[in-house]
Amino acid sequence: MYLLAVIVALFAFALWSVVPLDKSVFGRQGLSLGLDLKGGSYLVYQADVSDIPAENRDEIMEGVKGVIERRINALGISEPVVAVQQQEGDYGMAIQLPGVSDIEKAKEMIGRVSLLTFREQDQEGNWIPATGTVGGEELVLASKYFKENTYIDVDDFGRPLLIFEWDDTGSELSQQITGRLVGQQMGIYVGDEPLLGEDGMPIAPVVQEAIRDRGQISGLSYAEAEELSRLLNAGRIPVPLGRWVEEDGARVFEADTPLYERTVDATLGADSIHKSLVAAVVGVVLLLIFMILYYRLPGVVACISLGIYGAVLLCIFKLVPVTLTLPGIAGFILSLGMAVDANVLIFERMKEELRDGKGLAAAVEAGFSRAWTAIRDSNITTFIACLILFWLGGTLGAFMVRGFALTLFIGVALSMFTAIVITRTLLRLIIGGQLVTNLAAYGVKK
Amino acid sequence: MIDFVSKKQWFFLASTVLVIVGIVSLAVFGLRLGTDFAGGTSMTLHFEPAVEQAALRAEMAELGYDKATIQNAGGGSFIIHLREISSADARALADEVGGALGSEARLTDYYLASPTVGAETARNAGIAVIVAAAAMLLYIVWAFRRMPKPIRWGTCAIIALLHDVFVIVGIFSILGWAAGVEIDAMFSTGLLAVVGYSINNTVVIFDRIRENVAKHISADFEQVVNSSIVDTLGRSVNTSLTTLFVVLALFLFGGATIHYFVLVLLLGVLVGTYSSLCISSQLLVVWEKGRWDELISGFRFLGRQIRGLTRAST
Repeated sequence: MYLLAVIVALFAFALWSVVPLDKSVFGRQGLSLGLDLKGGSYLVYQADVSDIPAENRDEIMEGVKGVIERRINALGISEPVVAVQQQEGDYGMAIQLPGVSDIEKAKEMIGRVSLLTFREQDQEGNWIPATGTVGGEELVLASKYFKENTYIDVDDFGRPLLIFEWDDTGSELSQQITGRLVGQQMGIYVGDEPLLGEDGMPIAPVVQEAIRDRGQISGLSYAEAEELSRLLNAGRIPVPLGRWVEEDGARVFEADTPLYERTVDATLGADSIHKSLVAAVVGVVLLLIFMILYYRLPGVVACISLGIYGAVLLCIFKLVPVTLTLPGIAGFILSLGMAVDANVLIFERMKEELRDGKGLAAAVEAGFSRAWTAIRDSNITTFIACLILFWLGGTLGAFMVRGFALTLFIGVALSMFTAIVITRTLLRLIIGGQLVTNLAAYGVKK
Repeated sequence: MIDFVSKKQWFFLASTVLVIVGIVSLAVFGLRLGTDFAGGTSMTLHFEPAVEQAALRAEMAELGYDKATIQNAGGGSFIIHLREISSADARALADEVGGALGSEARLTDYYLASPTVGAETARNAGIAVIVAAAAMLLYIVWAFRRMPKPIRWGTCAIIALLHDVFVIVGIFSILGWAAGVEIDAMFSTGLLAVVGYSINNTVVIFDRIRENVAKHISADFEQVVNSSIVDTLGRSVNTSLTTLFVVLALFLFGGATIHYFVLVLLLGVLVGTYSSLCISSQLLVVWEKGRWDELISGFRFLGRQIRGLTRAST
């Protein structure tokens, strides 16, 4: 009796926590959805850490992670998830960007070692990187030599100015380059594109005099200047991000190209949810009809426990929380089919005991205790498969696999609980209360 | 009572043929590796209004993507696998194709995997199946440790498991050759789920054999195994049916993205149920009784029949 109260309370709590007041089970207040269902981008980059001493690499990567987070935040993307990955000596960075429409811009900002580079015109008028020599090395003048203290000021006419300061290397470079470019234009580029001003024209100021340690960029809109300033202050990325590729047997680093990229449109995600729901409803209705027709009264009990199972499982997904992906939903639906297995094992056992002439109560108890070893031993194999899948899913790229493994694992574990506790309690109640004593109701012909 | 055990030579014959066909197909055609394993780009284009697959194929070939594979995902969407192109290029391609076909094309899913990731994923998937088989073997040996020869029980279950894996991989190899079906990371996920499911069925039957051996229901092991299979037949069939209901619903209504993943599960439920009834426990009988000749007696019989037929016809 106490158990029944607990079960009812559990069911009520599960329903209450899963069904939000605004009716959208899969909405913001509902379950947390993976990028393949709500739309968004998933990117994995590798980092070229060959120039960094081995003992400093972890620290550097943590720093890169922070910079990427700040850059993404500056772009106004909500709830990004950035994680450092390490595998066989290679470092990687996995980035989840929910609900991003302009992935090109996000990639531009994430991958760049320098956000801005300065260019000059060659004889033919082409814009080529402006370089100088510091310590015997030829370097490109870029925003990585900015101190992280850029800010916005306004000129006498109230137009925004982006003010920056060079560090030591930058000052040296700037003096050489601006020194030789006095009276000429200097281009400012974001990646391969010129930085555009408020009027949509490239910003290419004419150098008035040699600049040593401070400079300013004018002609930007206020919003643009603010975004740039935030991105620049987010810090610089000390290692190139991109991927390692095999070229003629050698390992070559290809900067800016992600190792793995997936972008899903929100409409496709909504479509996937809709299709999964249809499949779930059709599958479960067939399943319930079959159970009731075949097992009669115990079948009805199994259906009730399956209902509780479904609600509690969704409740666990919500509370843990488990992020649902499309394969994860498939795992959930598959687990509905498999959850019945424990019930089937028990009911088949019960019928055998009834046929052998045992009384109802004794048959139910024997059915549960005899079926237990089979339930336990057989489900452990599914657990083993799930654990291995979870490991596999942890390796680069296969992130979808984890969702399936996790939902199937939780589902199978919970199904053992519902069969053993909920189905048994309900059946005991029916039999103990002498509610139904006709054996035909238990699917046994006398 | 249905007699499964006496028909075991036919099961062995059928399964050997299935596995050999699968292996031959693997050796000849191999598997068509999808984007996950081979690297490249996979994208979904949604056309409004809908366009014909043939027209899309022609237009893609026109633009130099003649090697692209195109799968109709229904509802005006197509899943296209092609060599690696950037997301910006993919968007441009969508506009170009849409413009040429007089339809608006939207890039709803873009996916790029580097060849290096692909090779790694493929290797890991292979390792996962091997580790899973080894872990299952250890587990069954442990679970049946009170039986006289637990290694035999474990080995028979694993042979049935590998049988399932080879049959499914073989079918996908044939599908790859005949229908251009590619395998991806979700394929290996499905395969591992099948591994768990197939062993699950076998363990339920083994559990009953263990119980019936303890009850001494018959001195003849063959009899014990057969009654155990028959005792658990209701469960085996019903659990397969309930699982089939939901998997079939997913296959029919679940959408193109997980279509082949669900196909693996569907085949797995069928093959897994068959192998647990007709392979693993039957192998155990052969081994326990030392009647190894029964493994091939089906072939001998078939051979005799064929010889008889050829003689009769001459």
